[in-house]
Amino acid sequence: MSENTTIAEIDPVPATAGATAPTIAAANIAETRPRPSVASTGPVGWMRANLFSGWWSSAVTLVLGYFVIRWAIGIVEWALIRAHWAVPMGANGQPDPSVCRAATDGACWAIIGEKYRFILFGLYPYDQQWRPSICVVLFIALFVVSASRRFWRKELLGVWMVTLAVIGGLMWGGFAGLPYVSQEQWGGLPITLILATFGLAFAFPLAVLVALGRRSRNLPAVKLLCVLYVELIRGVPLVSLLFMASVMFPLFMPVGLNPDKLLRAQIAIILFAGAYLAEVVRGGLQALPKGQFEAADALGLSYWKKTSFIVLPQALRLVIPPLVNTFIGFFKDTSLVLIIGIFDLLTSGKAAMTDPVWTGFSTEVYIVLAAIYFVFCFAMSRYSSGLERDFSQTRNR
Amino acid sequence: MSSTIIDPRTGGGRAKPKRTIRLSWSDPLFRNIVWQILIVGIVLTVVYYLASNTSRNLSERHIATGFAFLARNAGIGIGEAMIPYDSATSSFADALLVGLVNTIRVSVIGIILATILGTVIGIGRLSRNWLIARLAQIYVEVLRDIPVLLQLLFWYALIQSLPAARQALHVGGVFLSQRGLKIPLLVWSEAYGWAFAAFLLGLVGAMAWNRMATRRQEATGIKPKVWPVAIALAIGLPLLVWAALGAPLTPDIPALRGFNFQGGGTLTPEFVALLMGLVIYTAAYIAEIVRSGIQAIPQGQWEAAGALGLRPGSVLRLVILPQSLRVIIPPMTSQFLNLAKNSSLAIAIGYPDIVAIANTTLNQTGQAIEGIGIIMAVYLTISVSISLFMNWYNARIALVER
Repeated sequence: MSENTTIAEIDPVPATAGATAPTIAAANIAETRPRPSVASTGPVGWMRANLFSGWWSSAVTLVLGYFVIRWAIGIVEWALIRAHWAVPMGANGQPDPSVCRAATDGACWAIIGEKYRFILFGLYPYDQQWRPSICVVLFIALFVVSASRRFWRKELLGVWMVTLAVIGGLMWGGFAGLPYVSQEQWGGLPITLILATFGLAFAFPLAVLVALGRRSRNLPAVKLLCVLYVELIRGVPLVSLLFMASVMFPLFMPVGLNPDKLLRAQIAIILFAGAYLAEVVRGGLQALPKGQFEAADALGLSYWKKTSFIVLPQALRLVIPPLVNTFIGFFKDTSLVLIIGIFDLLTSGKAAMTDPVWTGFSTEVYIVLAAIYFVFCFAMSRYSSGLERDFSQTRNR
Repeated sequence: MSSTIIDPRTGGGRAKPKRTIRLSWSDPLFRNIVWQILIVGIVLTVVYYLASNTSRNLSERHIATGFAFLARNAGIGIGEAMIPYDSATSSFADALLVGLVNTIRVSVIGIILATILGTVIGIGRLSRNWLIARLAQIYVEVLRDIPVLLQLLFWYALIQSLPAARQALHVGGVFLSQRGLKIPLLVWSEAYGWAFAAFLLGLVGAMAWNRMATRRQEATGIKPKVWPVAIALAIGLPLLVWAALGAPLTPDIPALRGFNFQGGGTLTPEFVALLMGLVIYTAAYIAEIVRSGIQAIPQGQWEAAGALGLRPGSVLRLVILPQSLRVIIPPMTSQFLNLAKNSSLAIAIGYPDIVAIANTTLNQTGQAIEGIGIIMAVYLTISVSISLFMNWYNARIALVER
């Protein structure tokens, strides 16, 4: 932003001013300095500076403004004014969307009202859906707690383990009067959150080990293994890993043992995330000054003491913003499990559209799905950029 | 080598003490070797275990390993093939080749379009015009935070909800319908080939003229006009050749016959949706890279260029962008890689790329390991090629320090 203001200051200097200004300026600066005109401040001045600063800028503003206003009006009309929020019951006791079909110029939000439980929780037994709802709340609480710097201490690790265990227990049930719900029936938002969060929880330790292995100078064989793992995974698309999980994984297992599809996809995501996170962690390790390693060596600390008390606490702190960004990336990438038929948020949304009664309203469902993903990702990216700003301030001080 | 030339300061060539491994845990060298043997041993055991399970499973299911299936008749129907393909006679290898060409086609076009769109939006975010800057910001913030697969599906659904072929929206000979985008083409004739050759020749000539003009400018300070000569060479010359060969001009305009179009060129709905999704999503990332690349250039460069009397557009083109390219290229490379890898999402909307075809192949033949091996090998090759090309380009534009 700031270089633009600089240009704006340079740009309008008239060529003739240079010839006359110096003589007068030398005589009496205070009187010759032009008074700020009324229009250079306030809303009019702001518009003049930011929207109509030249004929080219004005033309662009007018043309763009015209289209923006037209689209905005069109969208508001479609999404709010002419939209149908509910549809009357049909003859067979089912909601009948023919009202929506008759008026094509308005959104049909009734499909969301009808299908939101299915979109959010998939095929989970209807009367038990309070359990996945609590899980979603727990996930969000876990994210919020982990985001606050007051809680960055060892106990957080325990909180994570306990919360993830509680979530698993709630989803499966089978104790304390909760009926057992098998993984095939899980679906919707909890699956997306499970794939991303469990993926992070298991990929992170793996990533730290791989990053340490890749940095080790004394263990060439281990280093080679780590480099091979990271580069192989990063060179291929996640889709191919998911295919591998769905068609090759059963071949890898001993005869008779066939892990669940969700677990297989989870393993693929852990392996995938591990490689990307390892590169982020490696960046932190490299950014650490050499003196830290040498000082730890000079104290006679063993490798593991050096790593866990000196190196990792500093290196990991450095990489929290890029870690959050990577996490956003694979939060979005969990949607790819659609391709191997796992019932995550996107898949259940797509399944909701295929209901023969409600076909033709895919746009509305896609918009809601996009809004859910957007809320999560936008919150995380805001958090990460705020953290980055704070960190760079502390470092520059 | 150090035994022949001895630096006197090191005290008469004090030889490095010869390392002997003591079989003791307190010897770091010994420890390292034990650790490595242990870790590599564990990994090899796991790999061996998985491999033996796999071979047992394969023999149980009577699946023969190997790539012999590639020569078999495929019988897969493929919607769009850039190279000759016939589902009745072509082999699996042909089908996979079609898929590879489709992957490369969408990746290359996607990378070019995403770079253009991303650069425009990235510069737009820095615009002095408040409206442009806000619109570009909204574009980036919104599209970056929505999964690319969702965007692909959305565009595909949107194209499918277009009117049927009979009620296609059309402007001149361009038709937009559920069947995709139909565009008029020209009936091919010899003259176009020659005109294209003349165009290439003209381009080379224009570049030579530009180089000459720059040299003249360095010698005399006056730059001869470049653009009239360039236009004459790159456009006039091919036109002349084309006219000389009889100026053939037979348009092949798509026309509605029954329920579909005949003639003209086609961009299928799958291709258009995939391309749109990839370009729009990746452009948001590229815009951020371009913006931060431009912002990384110190203020002084803008001010100095302005002080030299350059107009803002010229400042950007001649001073800022060439410098920020050095900051931009490495992250841009990884975005290009991402776009190429994301093209594998084609399978979700039915565009026949390498992943979709390899997946059909492995479903039909049961050759899971080979099929996935082919996908991975293809993407590793694409990734390595893009990396090598971008590294070469990066080295070419790197700051030459004296």
